[in-house]
Amino acid sequence: MKNLILFITILALGCTCAAVADEFTKEDLKKWQAEYMAAVKEGEKLFHSSSLGKNKVSCDMCHPNGSNTHPETYPKFQKQIGKVVGLRDMINWCIQNPLEGDILKADDPRMIALEAYITHERRGTPLAPGKH
Amino acid sequence: MKKNINRRRFLKGSLAAAAAASLPLGLVEVSWGKQDHRNFTFAYISDSHLTHIRGSEFVRNFDKGLKKAVMECNFMSIKPDFVVFGGDLAQLGKREEIDHGLEIMSRLRYPVKWVVGEHDFYLDMGEYWEKKVSPLYYSFDHKGVHFVVLNSILTYDEWINKWASPEERMQNMARLDNPNGSPFMVKKEQIEWLKKDLSRISKKTPVVVMSHSPLYKIFKPWNFWTEDAEEVQAILAPFEKVNVLHGHVHQILYNQIGNISFQAMMSTAWPWPYPVSYKQKPNEVPKLTVFMNRADPFKERDATGWSILNLEDGRVTNHLKLWENKDRILRYDEAKGHLVDTEYQEPSKRIPPQEHY
Ligand code: HEC
Ligand SMILES: [Fe+2]
Ligand SMILES: [Fe+2]
Repeated sequence: MKNLILFITILALGCTCAAVADEFTKEDLKKWQAEYMAAVKEGEKLFHSSSLGKNKVSCDMCHPNGSNTHPETYPKFQKQIGKVVGLRDMINWCIQNPLEGDILKADDPRMIALEAYITHERRGTPLAPGKH
Repeated sequence: MKKNINRRRFLKGSLAAAAAASLPLGLVEVSWGKQDHRNFTFAYISDSHLTHIRGSEFVRNFDKGLKKAVMECNFMSIKPDFVVFGGDLAQLGKREEIDHGLEIMSRLRYPVKWVVGEHDFYLDMGEYWEKKVSPLYYSFDHKGVHFVVLNSILTYDEWINKWASPEERMQNMARLDNPNGSPFMVKKEQIEWLKKDLSRISKKTPVVVMSHSPLYKIFKPWNFWTEDAEEVQAILAPFEKVNVLHGHVHQILYNQIGNISFQAMMSTAWPWPYPVSYKQKPNEVPKLTVFMNRADPFKERDATGWSILNLEDGRVTNHLKLWENKDRILRYDEAKGHLVDTEYQEPSKRIPPQEHY
């Protein structure tokens, strides 16, 4: 009996939560997708500009369409660093070295945009964390 | 051991050459038997992409690649008869970049044959290149082999004329993944010239064609592509031994179409991914190619390099000098009728870094 009451309470709570939070509309979806695509577009622009570095070099010169960045393999062990790192660590590596630029903070909107573009160009590829 | 064999072969070759030089002219042909072409060596440096920053500053990384290739070429144990530069000397076709490239290349102790790349061309449509470096297309004969240099990076006039400035045109051609790009072409004038040029030589004469873009179709979105390649191939098809050598793709890539062997030269500046690793569009990367090792981003010269080429019986054997990786050798296999990698061609012999995804 006690259990049944608990069960009903949980069910009821679940229903109220759903009613408050989860009734997003098609318009919402469209808006969120547009926000996401704006980040992808911004990332594409940064990826194809020399503004991240100091020597006129840009990411796309070596990674056309973001290829060979393998976002689906992160986090992974990077033997040269000697530990497991994230995609953003390798983005920063390439900013510092081939582009001779300054690293971006993890929450820098430019870093988010670069991650969005790189991952978008790789859409459809199954996750393969740790893969080499 | 390998060095010794090379040295012995070299000595043998030079003795034969010395003997031939002292014989009366009529006898020379006899001493070479049925073959009227001889084995020789040349070197190939390509895609240095020297990039001007400001004033007298250039991107250090890319300068280093070209300087290293030039230095190694000068130290070759078997002297090359000449060196070919395969195009994309500059990044944005600037005079500063072409002059800088000519200065570094002038340290070579050998004559240089030049192929033009799109990065050298689209600022002024080849004007400075023609004035300071080389004609855009030409042919020459060397020890019984006929060499043809093509300007394969032309494109449609509408595309050439649609930009607000030469700089804008150059920028748009320089961006490999540009959705507003335009495919490379040899075009009618050169195709007619090529027909005429080749009509003078026997079908038995080995032919080496050097172009910047591959004279076949691999991946249009990145211009690993020549729009009128089939027309050029049709002209080359009747010749017994045809070698096409090209730059532009910054990777190990080889293919066989009929009796035409195609192979790419490495870049001294940076490697490019294989089109198979871009998942959104289909590609026609040749199944024959055993891929180069995936590059280590912590070694800036990895997956770059240059080539020593031996002409052996009219076929090009390619010794790829890969700097951070073990060298690779591509050789024509008579029995198989195509190029093979002497070490990795068998699928069971391949190693994990050769898998690209
Ligand atoms: C001069 C050439 C060059 C430039 C410019 C360059 N990279 Fe790289 N980058 C490389 C190479 C080579 C690798 C190794 C590729 C591989 O793993 O196959 C690499 C690896 C990476 C990786 C890790 C890939 C993996 O497989 O784990 C990321 C992420 C990356 N680069 C992002 C960038 C970004 C972002 C930029 C621009 C800020 C950039 N790169 C600019 C050459 C370059
Ligand atoms: Fe190039
Ligand atoms: Fe090119």
